[in-house]
Amino acid sequence: MAEITLKNIVKRYGDGYPAVNDVSLEIKDGEFMILVGPSGCGKSTLLRMIVGLEDITSGELRIGGKVVNKVAPRERNLAMVFQNYALYPHLTVFENIAFPLRLAKTPEDEVQRRVKETAELLELTDHLDRKPANLSGGQRQRVAMGRAIVREADAFLFDEPLSNLDAKLRGQMRTEISRLQRRLGVTTVYVTHDQTEAMTLGDRVAVLRKGVLQQVGSPRELYEQPTNLFVAGFIGSPSMNFLPATVDGTVLDTPLGRFDMRDRRKAEAVGDRTVVLVGIRPEHFEDASLVGDDRRERGAVVKARVDVTEWLGNELYAYVPYEAPADVAAQLRDLSQELDSDQLRTQAVVALDASSLISPGDEAELWIDTSRVHLFDPATGENLTRDEERAAALGRLADKEREAQRRAQRAEAEATSDTSDEDEDKGGTETAAG
Amino acid sequence: METGRSKALWIVASLLILVWTIFPILWIVMLSFKQPGEVGNVQSFLPKDWTMENYRTVFSTSLFTSALINSIGVSLIATFIGVVFATLVAYAIARLEFPGKKLILSFALAIAMFPVVTLVGPLFDLWRTIGLYDTWPGLIIPYISFALPLAIWTLSAFFREIPWEMEQAAQVDGATSWQAFRKVIVPLAAPGVFTAAILTFFFCWNDFVFGISLTSTDRARPVPAALAFFTGQSQFEQPTTAICAAAVVVTIPVVVIVLLFQRRIVAGLTAGAVKG
Repeated sequence: MAEITLKNIVKRYGDGYPAVNDVSLEIKDGEFMILVGPSGCGKSTLLRMIVGLEDITSGELRIGGKVVNKVAPRERNLAMVFQNYALYPHLTVFENIAFPLRLAKTPEDEVQRRVKETAELLELTDHLDRKPANLSGGQRQRVAMGRAIVREADAFLFDEPLSNLDAKLRGQMRTEISRLQRRLGVTTVYVTHDQTEAMTLGDRVAVLRKGVLQQVGSPRELYEQPTNLFVAGFIGSPSMNFLPATVDGTVLDTPLGRFDMRDRRKAEAVGDRTVVLVGIRPEHFEDASLVGDDRRERGAVVKARVDVTEWLGNELYAYVPYEAPADVAAQLRDLSQELDSDQLRTQAVVALDASSLISPGDEAELWIDTSRVHLFDPATGENLTRDEERAAALGRLADKEREAQRRAQRAEAEATSDTSDEDEDKGGTETAAG
Repeated sequence: METGRSKALWIVASLLILVWTIFPILWIVMLSFKQPGEVGNVQSFLPKDWTMENYRTVFSTSLFTSALINSIGVSLIATFIGVVFATLVAYAIARLEFPGKKLILSFALAIAMFPVVTLVGPLFDLWRTIGLYDTWPGLIIPYISFALPLAIWTLSAFFREIPWEMEQAAQVDGATSWQAFRKVIVPLAAPGVFTAAILTFFFCWNDFVFGISLTSTDRARPVPAALAFFTGQSQFEQPTTAICAAAVVVTIPVVVIVLLFQRRIVAGLTAGAVKG
């Protein structure tokens, strides 16, 4: 168990392109840290630098307080789960899991005990004699996890471990990984490009863009108080809508219509900028006819023509096309490309209550929760209305939640380990008798 | 789609090739069972009187038995050393980035294309001067150098197929580079190593040019060369049947090995050709 500290880490390849640029990150002992970003953002490179498979061009990497820049992977005592699992096809499941122990010259009886324990934890006991080729995707994934767990390493590193599984299995394994990590309490770094994994697994999430760290924070903080356009667009699905707007006091003039955000603080943050990008999440819209009077008071209503609707049962997506100035449209297109999506037209996506009766072609009244609106600088992408106090409060909340969860898990783990000790004794006498 | 017609065509073609290749072998086998005097006098594919005499003759001549021992010894040693070298070289070529990598590969290819005969003269002189003439090492060294290219190419194709992650996983699991190579890469490449070994062995086993020109006595002469020195019982009698018997004896191991491992050989020769 150890904390991992990255200080001004840079990775430059032969052609001078910095795949990872000046990343500083502190991963606390026992923390579950997610590295997330679109493909090519350097998140895997960063992970491979931590584990030692890539050289660090400059900067300092500490694990448990020791600088390990030049330490060989095998001496870092980290366990890694690869994207394609990298199981040894010529070894049985047992020997695959036992491999790190064998290398460490662990005595045979301890190898047997620890592998059996791990197999039990991951429900692999029935498969110990099989070869990886004969296992299903989920089982292989568990073997890879077993190989990581069995070593009692200082930290776990996961490189998109679930991306080769189908959607259903992915969901199961996600909760499995989360449970396991909380139970073992081992520092974990987890690379993914999947929204759901990032939001649900991590204590904190680090968003990377083109090798540069954008924001680190609890999932909630990233969602509610993003620092810039990129994070705001990347976190959340469907993405946040960005509308160009001119500001007049507290009134915003957007392609969807004029509305008053009724917030002095936000209006002041705009300063002397004439044009801003207004960020509104799809779920912060609502069909105005379904909003009660008191709630209606706290927001604003705009009129817009709905182009297409998608009814999903639990909610209704409506698409509202709008005209944007050419330069803003180009900027938004670039952003959506960078986020691995390809939005062809400028349109707002709004998520409405499923009982809404809005249909395509309607001139619809949409209610906007103005308290959740963010304003971004169109040139730099900086979030002008980020509430630092709120962000800090969310951070503290996440820390507290984590602590509580850890305590509960530990208590639970102790309770179950008592019973499993008894099981073991039984197993011991049985083998002795046999 | 396999239609009945194309299937029939395949069968006919296979049969033709089968006859084409098997006929000479069968002929040699038949000759080896004939009486020494029968060749040229009786015109028949099958022997008139089946006899084991030729085999008895072959195994009782020291010329052949010592040559057999030489062939086996030289081929096995050359194969072993060659494959060990080739494994290490191929691993480096497949895994490491170093200057001159292309050069080594093209050099190996150049050696493989080099006409062997042109080297025989210089080698003959050189070996006589330094005392390697008519010795086992005198044969083993050229065998290794000519078998290496094929082995290196086969093996590096195999190594390239093994995902990098295997080795990285081993390193993260606590293995040194050598341990990763020995415990993960070599077992995974075993079929490739095996193929390379078989191909190298065949090359050494079948060689005639070096065998005849770099040896002069029973000390090192391998079987293919020894066959040329067979004599008949009298000067009026050709040793054809005895030579055929010897040829059958040296062909049998090759045929057996091929039949046993043909799948592996094919896998080895086509490794890297398509993505698995």
